[in-house]
Amino acid sequence: MKKRRKKVRYGKYGYLFVAPFFLTYAFFQLWPLINTFFYSMLNYYKRNGREFSEFCGLQNFQNILGLVSGEKAYVLHYFKNTFIIWGMNFIPQILVSLLLAAWLTDNKVRLRSRGAVKVITYLPSVITAASISVLFHALFSQYGPITMTLKNLGIIGSSFNFLESSAGTRGLISFILFWMWYGNTTLLLISGVLGISPDLYEAADIDGANGRAKFFRITLPLLKPIMLYVLITSAIGGLQMYDIPALFNVSNTGYVGFPNDNSTTVAMYIMRLYNSDVGKAAAVSVLLFIVTLIISLIFFKFGTSNEEKAEARRRKKRLSEGGGC
Amino acid sequence: MADTKKLQSYSANQRTQKIIRGVVCILFCILSLLPFVLLVMNATRASDDIQMGVSLIPSGHFLENWKNLMIKQQGMQVTLWSAVRNSMIVSAPATILAVYFSSMTAYGIQVYDFKMKKAAWAFIMAVMMVPNQITIIGFYRFMLKLGLVDNYIPLILPAIAAPAVVFFMKQYMESTLSIEMIEAARIDGAGELKTFNRIAMPIMKPAVATQAIFQFIAQWNNLFTPTIMLTTDTKKTLPLFVQMLNSDQFRVDYGVVYVALFVTVVPLIAVYLILSRYIVAGVALGGVKG
Repeated sequence: MKKRRKKVRYGKYGYLFVAPFFLTYAFFQLWPLINTFFYSMLNYYKRNGREFSEFCGLQNFQNILGLVSGEKAYVLHYFKNTFIIWGMNFIPQILVSLLLAAWLTDNKVRLRSRGAVKVITYLPSVITAASISVLFHALFSQYGPITMTLKNLGIIGSSFNFLESSAGTRGLISFILFWMWYGNTTLLLISGVLGISPDLYEAADIDGANGRAKFFRITLPLLKPIMLYVLITSAIGGLQMYDIPALFNVSNTGYVGFPNDNSTTVAMYIMRLYNSDVGKAAAVSVLLFIVTLIISLIFFKFGTSNEEKAEARRRKKRLSEGGGC
Repeated sequence: MADTKKLQSYSANQRTQKIIRGVVCILFCILSLLPFVLLVMNATRASDDIQMGVSLIPSGHFLENWKNLMIKQQGMQVTLWSAVRNSMIVSAPATILAVYFSSMTAYGIQVYDFKMKKAAWAFIMAVMMVPNQITIIGFYRFMLKLGLVDNYIPLILPAIAAPAVVFFMKQYMESTLSIEMIEAARIDGAGELKTFNRIAMPIMKPAVATQAIFQFIAQWNNLFTPTIMLTTDTKKTLPLFVQMLNSDQFRVDYGVVYVALFVTVVPLIAVYLILSRYIVAGVALGGVKG
């Protein structure tokens, strides 16, 4: 009772402590977000070197979606590119990470140097994405060392050029993303597996379950919340994909992903428009916001209920154990 | 008898499993390291040799490539070193602001009872997922109005509001910070801000260190916002310098490209290996997505 009164007395300090965050957020994020919505309904044009704008309702949205004659629905193509590139990276990523997480936590078949595997596979995700993109471009360009070696070994045809093939370029971007992030996903899944009560595995052992049964009947179902978390953060991150495709196989002026605009992502499109057509760029941003929101909402629909509570407990437990990190 | 046989075959099976899994893990480690190995090797090779194919044997052209890089970058407005310096000017203060003010926000929500507390927390959770790419148009136009385009301030100050870091700090406080300690400090006459700085921050040290590493990496690697905000070449940060390596001016001389990449990548790998214990532990705590 006494404690509670004390807390109330100090309450005003709570506002002071959270004030910097909220003021900064309002100024640098919320106000720009509101403005973006506002700009998406303005038509910008230049006359005599000066910029003018007028309200135009949903005209920009109709333009970017190609509902007006003379306008093409580029943005749909870029959403498609983004989803294809993200999907080709995510599916192998989650499968490989599951496998590695199961192996690296298996106490029956104890692998040596598990720490080293975690450290090495996580390494690519801390390196500057821009450098990685340029590196892979150099390695896989028309006369790049890997391309030449693959040609010498007869694995690819002598006239094949990764950078002139849509499948080659998209596939390589997906591969880079996979390569960068599978170590991270493995670590997240390992922390999920470690949060599963060992009692369950002991009980399964007594019942004579083999490794496969334990994986499919215990590990996989109980990993569902964390896998959902991985899926959603990856999907939202994937939608904003910029660094890798923007430096990989692009035009000199930038922001057009070769070949045939097939490796251009939505964020690259925003980049292309931000200076030339503010209204259109804002409309693309709003569209991106809506798609992101829908994906988040799907997450919250699946992610609530008792699963999330179990997840919260797990996190808490891990935190108290890992206090010395 | 039958039991021992079964046991033997069981342990033999374990052994094969161990070997198969060990080999697969080694292959994945090689996959993760190979591009970096090729980067280092190619940095030591002449441009013509690089076009012959992959080689894992270093050659002797590193210094030559290095000299060519130094000559080539003179034609650019920003040199490698000034790009590194610019990145440092942005990343270091942004990291300090992010961890300090995020701890402060988390502390305010964790320790005090105020009317808007629940709403404030719900808001922070909700905006954690809103990415920069969506607000960038409004952000750019707003900074244009304020005359802050081509200035480091819009790259540094927004770091004060880092929802993901606040979330991590709050989670950590829940398990480590006891209200009794804070009350003891109050009885000793310490002010609220002093209590936070002298009592809470030292307790938070492990979390602060982990988050500082992740924030610094995120800031250092940031390409999207600086691309829009920095227009003068001399102000460009390291990722923007890397972007220039992709231009035709460099594409003709691959030895130079690899040496430049070498300089941007190898120090990061070294720092990562030194801090890897903290980083890997930090990811497990769910603190990676910046």
